[in-house]
Amino acid sequence: MAQQEVVIHTDNVKRKFDDRQILNGISLDIYRGETFVIMGGSGCGKSTFLRHIIGALKPDSGKVALLGKDLSKLSEDEMDGLKKRIGMCYQNSALFDSMTVGDNVSLPLREHTKLDRSVIDIVVKMKLEMVGLRGFEDLMPSQLSGGMRKRVGLARAIVMDPEVIFYDEPTAGLDPIVAGVIDKLIIDLSKKLSITSVVVTHDMKSVFTIADRVAMLYDGKVLEVGKPEEIKKSGNQMVQQFISGSPDGPIRFFQQKDDYLEQLIK
Amino acid sequence: MGFFAKIGSVILKTAKQTSELVGLFLETVTWIVVGPIKNKFVKRDGIFSQMVFAGLGSLVIAIFVAFFTGIVIAMQSAYQLSRFGANIYVAPMVSIGLARELGPVLTALVVAGRVGAAIAAELGTMKVTEQIEALDTMALNPIRYLVVPRFLALLVMLPCLTVIADMMGIIGGFVVGVFNLHLDPYRYLTFSFKFMAWKDVWTGLVKSVTFAVIISMVGCYMGLNTKGGAEGVGRSTTLSVVTSFILIILFDCILTGIFFFANK
Repeated sequence: MAQQEVVIHTDNVKRKFDDRQILNGISLDIYRGETFVIMGGSGCGKSTFLRHIIGALKPDSGKVALLGKDLSKLSEDEMDGLKKRIGMCYQNSALFDSMTVGDNVSLPLREHTKLDRSVIDIVVKMKLEMVGLRGFEDLMPSQLSGGMRKRVGLARAIVMDPEVIFYDEPTAGLDPIVAGVIDKLIIDLSKKLSITSVVVTHDMKSVFTIADRVAMLYDGKVLEVGKPEEIKKSGNQMVQQFISGSPDGPIRFFQQKDDYLEQLIK
Repeated sequence: MGFFAKIGSVILKTAKQTSELVGLFLETVTWIVVGPIKNKFVKRDGIFSQMVFAGLGSLVIAIFVAFFTGIVIAMQSAYQLSRFGANIYVAPMVSIGLARELGPVLTALVVAGRVGAAIAAELGTMKVTEQIEALDTMALNPIRYLVVPRFLALLVMLPCLTVIADMMGIIGGFVVGVFNLHLDPYRYLTFSFKFMAWKDVWTGLVKSVTFAVIISMVGCYMGLNTKGGAEGVGRSTTLSVVTSFILIILFDCILTGIFFFANK
């Protein structure tokens, strides 16, 4: 990394839902221009962590700083200003059902800028071209396939030319080719536009294709951070088990076996 | 859980929901007041499309209900009044009864069933598919962007619908009066408005404005608080209609009481 400007800084972020400690002290630094992948099993808190970075959820304790600003100290207006500088791709794309593809992508421009409609139309066409969907402006989201919806979601996320893009499981539920296309888009965007990307995923193939650095989350904690090669060679058994996808190892999927009989006859 | 614990938890939950509902209302009003100052007011086309949906879309059904209600009141009151040879008093009976009570209430119930349910279902679906969260991430406040237009649209359209319903009900009564009770059409219309005071109309409109607030706020609140997928959306929709109905009748009673006793 040539520049080492910290874009996202979290310090000992903790969050509890009811009795379950979902985030158990996460401290990470993410630098400008890099593609940072957060991986971990389902329910390990990675999506929840993402929502803490973008300010949708507030931590019980700890500090989150996005683009150099401490989220807990921002007013609503300042937070809105910050939100305009980030983009977010949702797991199920979260397109607005009542609007056409074109209106979905142009919504942030229409609401936040005073650009002329003709300029907005051009920008929308450019962004849709980037995701390979030019000419689909007038379709409704319900007429699109899952992969196309994800790409429209991506076009919408980048329409304001954000500095940071967050992806929540960008390749989940897609066929391998579409997943590969999405991975390539993520790489292209971060390389061509030097956007910082934060990707939450458990798709191992995609992790090692796109990542500059990887963090593995387990049980609300950071297990290991490093370059993909370092992670691959990691001595940590849990990380190795996650990469190989083996059901046997230190990460137990099944509960303790002792109380099984007890529960059955209770 | 014991009996009293159950009652306690129901009361606590209702109190919490009521305070959240009032909170939503206050926040909506704040956006309407502060929005234009901060240059962050809702786009006009958003409000207009909601007005078309809530107002124009409910017009036929509101007219239908009011017209037949007018006919029914005329027949029911003629049943008693004819015994005293006072058939002509069917006219003010219908016009005043509609303006003060049935016009606002029946229109509100119809709109709650149609528009309130649609609001809850739409916002509920948006909530469970992360669309509300996506709006928020784009720095678009969901209350400003979704609740305010629906609130304003109903606030304007429900009183309009009520006035139209009042007139349609009077026409319904007129049909019975003229063709069935053989009253003179001119005399019927004169009597319809002779006993009607300005107060009868505006108290009805105050009611319908209150009902508009209830329907839009309950629908939006239930929608925005939807949890648990498709089943949750169904639950919010049902709950929004049931809650609106109960609140409409409750506030109708309260407001009628206020107007009744304030007159003395």
